[in-house]
Amino acid sequence: MTQLMASLAARARPLATLACAAWLALLAPPMAAQAAPQVNLATLDYGLQARALADGVYVVEGANDDFSPANGCNIINTGFIVTGAGVVVINTGPSKRYGEQLRALIRRTTAEPVVQVIHLNLHPDYFLGNQAFADVPIFATPTTRAGMQREAKAYEDNLYRLCGDWMKGTEARLPTQNIGPGPLRIGQRELELRAFSGHTDSDLVLTDKASGVSFVGGLVFADRVPTTPHAQPRPWLKSLDLLEAQHLGTVVPSHGPVHSGTRGLQQTRAYLRWLDEQFGRWAAQGWEMNEVLRAPVPEDFRRWAAWPAEYTRNVAHLYPAYERQALQRPKSP
Amino acid sequence: MVSPLRRRTLLLAACAPWCLGMAGAAQAAQTADVFEGDPFKSLQWPELRKAYLGANARAVFDDRVKVQGPPFAEDPMNVPISISTDLPGVQRVVVLVDRNPIRKVLELQPLRALPAVGFRFKLEQASPVRAAVLTADGLWHVGGTLVDSAGGGCTVSGATRADGSWSQTLGQVSGRLFASPAPGADAATRLRLRVMHPMDTGLVGGIPAFYVSRLAVRDAQGQELLLVNTFEPISENPVFSFDFARPPALPLRISGVDNNGNRIDSRLE
Repeated sequence: MTQLMASLAARARPLATLACAAWLALLAPPMAAQAAPQVNLATLDYGLQARALADGVYVVEGANDDFSPANGCNIINTGFIVTGAGVVVINTGPSKRYGEQLRALIRRTTAEPVVQVIHLNLHPDYFLGNQAFADVPIFATPTTRAGMQREAKAYEDNLYRLCGDWMKGTEARLPTQNIGPGPLRIGQRELELRAFSGHTDSDLVLTDKASGVSFVGGLVFADRVPTTPHAQPRPWLKSLDLLEAQHLGTVVPSHGPVHSGTRGLQQTRAYLRWLDEQFGRWAAQGWEMNEVLRAPVPEDFRRWAAWPAEYTRNVAHLYPAYERQALQRPKSP
Repeated sequence: MVSPLRRRTLLLAACAPWCLGMAGAAQAAQTADVFEGDPFKSLQWPELRKAYLGANARAVFDDRVKVQGPPFAEDPMNVPISISTDLPGVQRVVVLVDRNPIRKVLELQPLRALPAVGFRFKLEQASPVRAAVLTADGLWHVGGTLVDSAGGGCTVSGATRADGSWSQTLGQVSGRLFASPAPGADAATRLRLRVMHPMDTGLVGGIPAFYVSRLAVRDAQGQELLLVNTFEPISENPVFSFDFARPPALPLRISGVDNNGNRIDSRLE
């Protein structure tokens, strides 16, 4: 009997292995390893470096981690594009100091002046560096601008608490101009902006047509648990489908390593699908939030950066809506 | 680890009236342990015990009282807490938060329900969250968990207070019975309720305390299944979970009142 069970188990294993293969593909190493910047806590130096992804297209990589004073709360990938008619900056980082160091880095990298800033969504590490770019137009969608205005005070408070001295002197400086989807020609650059939603109410993706580099903001996370303070999983999943149809080249997510193609997109999709299905199921079974916090989560997700803190946040942000739906069953006649 | 602590606290509490004059080890131990055996070593604990359990209340720290919360409060306005115990003969469950400006959160009389409750509350700063469970022998059994927080849960107004929409839904109840909920729970049936109420703490400028103070659940025969007194720290539009060993007879009647005398009365088919 025991032997029979053992042989059945052995036979079952190859099948399981096959099923896992799809998962493993998602976990393949990134195309270039993302080295966390060397932070100097004494001088509050973020150690920012510009890495060229294509001629004139740069990423400035943060740690693939959670906010902490040890990493300077620099967990975001920002970027800049040299156009021949000035530099376009994509997001300005979590603090005044980051903004200043980013601007100095741009100055060291190219002779062209910064001509504009574009924010891809409303999150604090996308725009709290704006004080260093007060002399140029700063663009975001009307929805993102309204959201930043609403949340700015809470962001400042929260990041001061989480990051301490790194935040000294930081005050939210809001965007000055509206921008929307469509082509954007600056100098010799043909850029394309596309508007989505789901990670937040307004998620922009900026693509440099010549190089095929896309700055996908918070729509795609790579090797990291997605953040969800303003997320709606179903619209987000829909946006990922639309984004996938665009045939991504080099992808710069705001969090996690730069990679090519849909690797991060598939990860984000797998996680959101799992979250949406499980939260719906658990709410329909009457689970408490604490049971959801302690529920089994696939190993693949638990290997990502910011696990488990980000999952604790996901539950706090998203589970109540599933609960409400489960409790608002239509009344029997 | 907990049991020696528990035993010592018991001894101290039990003999305190007689031992006061005694020299030696007992007195030394008593003097040394200003925390009364509290595993969180919170200086507020002895005062909490006196104020909320009674000046002469006997209390032990007991890991059979399970208190679950998140490690940190992502949303300090909605910190989820789940309490359960397998102790028999539970009369009352009192939830206390050491470092909240209003420290008593909830008091449950389980009656015909299991001694278990889930809810969300407003946490002002990092603090132990405790459940004190009174058994029939008059002894309080105390369990707890530590929740870290950015702060501000009690002194910020809720969303429906901020946008004024609370008055349109005040006192509405939505709820549902769930058969065999989460793994590990011994309940056959769980009742989850959502009561629409702003649950103002009185600590936000110009907004007096306004909160649901009492809820009762009765079965089809009118028997009281459970009673719960709730206080200001319970979250806006509270969601409660109550567990039953056997499915109660439907329809359930949920009735209650807030501190302004507004009545809550709802039937759950």
